[in-house]
Amino acid sequence: MSTSDILWTLLSLFFVGLAYFATFAFFGGLLWKLVGYLRTSMPLPHAITPAPKTEGGAVLRVLGDVTLFPNLFKADKWLWAGAWIFHAALVSVLFRHLRYFTYPVPGIILYMEPVALFFGILFGAAILFLFWRRLGLPRTLYISNVPDYFVLALLGLVAATGLMVSYWLHVNIVDVKGFILGLMTLHPVEVPRHPLFLLHLFFVLVLMIYFPFSKLLHAGGIIFSPSRHQPYQVQERGKRYANPYDDRY
Amino acid sequence: MAKFDETPINKDPAINGVLRPPKLREHASAEVRCYPSKPKDTAAIDLPTELVPDWKERAIAKLGEMLEKNKALRVYMDICVRCGACTDKCQFYLGTGDPQNFPVARAELLRQVYRRYFTPAGIFPDLGDAADLDEELLEKWYTYFYQCSECRRCSVFCPYGIDTAEITIAAREIMAEIGVSTKYVTEVVAKVYQTGNNLGIPPAAWIDNCEFLEEEMEEETGLPIRFPVDEEGADVFLVPPSADNFANTDTMIGYAKLFHYLGISWTTSTYCNEGGNFGLFLNFANLQKVNRRIIDAARMLGAKTIIWGECGHAWRAGILTPTLSGPMDAFDPPYPYHISQFILDMMKKGAFNGRIDKSANDEYVVTYHDPCNSARAGQLIEEPREIIGAVCNNFIEMPESTIREKTFCCGAGNGLLSDEIMPIRMAGGKPRALAVKHTKANYLATICAICKAQLPESMHYWDVPVKVGGVIDLFANALQLK
Repeated sequence: MSTSDILWTLLSLFFVGLAYFATFAFFGGLLWKLVGYLRTSMPLPHAITPAPKTEGGAVLRVLGDVTLFPNLFKADKWLWAGAWIFHAALVSVLFRHLRYFTYPVPGIILYMEPVALFFGILFGAAILFLFWRRLGLPRTLYISNVPDYFVLALLGLVAATGLMVSYWLHVNIVDVKGFILGLMTLHPVEVPRHPLFLLHLFFVLVLMIYFPFSKLLHAGGIIFSPSRHQPYQVQERGKRYANPYDDRY
Repeated sequence: MAKFDETPINKDPAINGVLRPPKLREHASAEVRCYPSKPKDTAAIDLPTELVPDWKERAIAKLGEMLEKNKALRVYMDICVRCGACTDKCQFYLGTGDPQNFPVARAELLRQVYRRYFTPAGIFPDLGDAADLDEELLEKWYTYFYQCSECRRCSVFCPYGIDTAEITIAAREIMAEIGVSTKYVTEVVAKVYQTGNNLGIPPAAWIDNCEFLEEEMEEETGLPIRFPVDEEGADVFLVPPSADNFANTDTMIGYAKLFHYLGISWTTSTYCNEGGNFGLFLNFANLQKVNRRIIDAARMLGAKTIIWGECGHAWRAGILTPTLSGPMDAFDPPYPYHISQFILDMMKKGAFNGRIDKSANDEYVVTYHDPCNSARAGQLIEEPREIIGAVCNNFIEMPESTIREKTFCCGAGNGLLSDEIMPIRMAGGKPRALAVKHTKANYLATICAICKAQLPESMHYWDVPVKVGGVIDLFANALQLK
């Protein structure tokens, strides 16, 4: 074996190990955190009023929060635009990435090819806007800390390397698909011999490991925010909350 | 000329009644602090009388305990993304320019400690934005968690509804646990246990004042309008803020005229003549203990219905009653019930048909201030407006971004109504004052006793000529008793 082969084998071992670890850390960490939120009780009425009076209404309220960001719209229209475009583009890009995890690939994922580049660039542009805003507004500059910059930089690197690898310094799609499917079927193969792709993969895996220990938990955590998901039912007959500080009631 | 140091206050003008976010003025209000509690008061309410020796360990343990028992705190510690949507929404920032008064910055005071002791970020504090809980940080906690009026305005604009009030409540609970609390809040809670109310009015004085008001009413109206005290078997047990019997007497008269007109027997109680629960500003144990007095008094008197009077904190704590003090099945309705809801229910049944004379309030151009607790915790937004609409001809709303769920706190809620922090009170009151000024109203109606105490001072400071009064006062003006 040549030194090049040894190098690629070592890199493959590294990435396969990191990929499994990242998957475990991501799903395990997320589960641990979200189940922790789920199982902790909210002992007092906490809804921000005006609030819906039924559970169904509260579900709609949270669905609205997750899809339309209404509070952000009330707060700051520019931020709302940047954040909404960022998340919409993110969802589209992630959806498109399902092509690497499925076989056969569903039609819609293939047919969105013409718009895939558009969403990718929108994603990158939104990250740049959010980064610029964070540095440009005195208020956000004051409150920002190392983790905030780290996440934005990481996302920016993921976006940049991803765009480059898809549309400029192309990586062999078959190799990528083979590598991913190999991981999923627990029969890992060698990584595609493409440094830029490996950079992209590396940043993604770091993001996955970092996710459950960071503010990115807002992704799942938003549905556990009691001020939004509690219906206002204090004036319903018999409606009480479990009082964890007092066992008498 | 103001008798206090005005440097914390930012003097930028409003545009069309709405303030723009001021330039950052770091540490502008860093020296404004409440007086610390007195040992006699903290001892009376089961709190340590001074900083306990192992305060750091106890504080961290308390935080850990609260994270296990309070979903809101647990979630809010993790999901803030520092987007800044909340930063220009807090009246204390808008009034001072001090960036530590950003809701997010205030919350970070607790989050940094949370990260240090409860997350992996604590391993590398500088990289993970975590901090040790040391004396300096505790001082900042004391300063800035008592510059938050727990009004929840920030939560309306946060994409996840993070409620900084909950974080302030948690921090104050931790501080109380280790012996750090304010004179104002602890002495008021101690007074409740001694005299039944926040102002320290002994039963004899309460009864005396009620008799005095009865005489006044007899002279003014010729009718035997009563102000019953400690009467057993009454239909209604009224829980007003005690200030209504002494400072906001028009509101007290409003209650009496209402019940007299409807022919409903009612009473107040000298064991519990306070709706405003200051335990809400201090810690859970006292919140519960003060709340229990309401149910105890209602049972002692054998009342059928408990009605909460015009008080914001009373209502915010009142809606916690079934959880804090047990089911209210013995009462009708079997849940907390507010005087504004009662008036509207009677109105819808036609009880006042043909007996309301709107012209009695014609001298007033009325605007309505939503107390934070009614609007953002108690779902009482349209009820007071409907009442005002039914009894006044001239009603004007303040700018939309300053009312309803976006209402500005009066500036002195949740334990801040104390003179030593007047700069913060006037700064916090600025957005509301400038919104009122914009309407050119001459009557500022509201349903909260702390608002009724703070707003006259705040309006005077910001040069807004307006009379502050209750909603039931206007109602009573217009109600034709004969």
